[in-house]
Amino acid sequence: MSKILYIEERAVTHEEKRAWIMFVVNAVAYGIYAAIILSRAGGGALTAVPYAGALLVTIILAIVTTIVLDIVSGMFNRRESRLKDVRDKEIGRLGDRVGQAFVIIGATAAMLMAMADWNRFWIANVIYLCFAISSVLGSLTKVLVYRGRFPQW
Amino acid sequence: MVKPTRVTNRIRTLRFEHGEMTQADLADRIGVTRQTVIAIEQGRYSPSLEMAFRIAHVFGVRLDDVFQYPEV
Repeated sequence: MSKILYIEERAVTHEEKRAWIMFVVNAVAYGIYAAIILSRAGGGALTAVPYAGALLVTIILAIVTTIVLDIVSGMFNRRESRLKDVRDKEIGRLGDRVGQAFVIIGATAAMLMAMADWNRFWIANVIYLCFAISSVLGSLTKVLVYRGRFPQW
Repeated sequence: MVKPTRVTNRIRTLRFEHGEMTQADLADRIGVTRQTVIAIEQGRYSPSLEMAFRIAHVFGVRLDDVFQYPEV
């Protein structure tokens, strides 16, 4: 087969792999946290559940796992795939913009809940939930754009 | 509103006409990843004007010999 028609579709850039890692790790980390909290509640009041340890551990593990997987995927990437070009930057900005909305929603919600004197369980959890949604949606957007078309408005 | 680009291109043909230049060769010469060249060729990504000029210069042709936009 002519080399001109040879397209190695499986090859992805390091930035796309990074988006996949962020998407999977953050989704799994929040899923594990939610499962721990719900199992501890056992049908009782959520505000009575000890959540701080599980929240901190899942966040720290997600960060460490992301860094380790990023390093490992970099080790197995070919040199050309480690480049970051203008398309990677545009896709990165688009994904960050999509995710950013949920950081603002989380911060605003937490501020209003603190002013209304809500239980600190809900304040901490609405912030974590919005961080998780922000990260998952931001990285999902990047993955979808890498796999499909760059949107034109 | 998200809509597909109407820009088409002849990059694959031009690569063929230039000694079966590979996507990796073209990517190296315009300073992008091979995946970006693939996305441009397949019409999944519209390059910036500067990148479009760089591609045209690699093939030694005019910009509209590489990229086409349908008449309205």
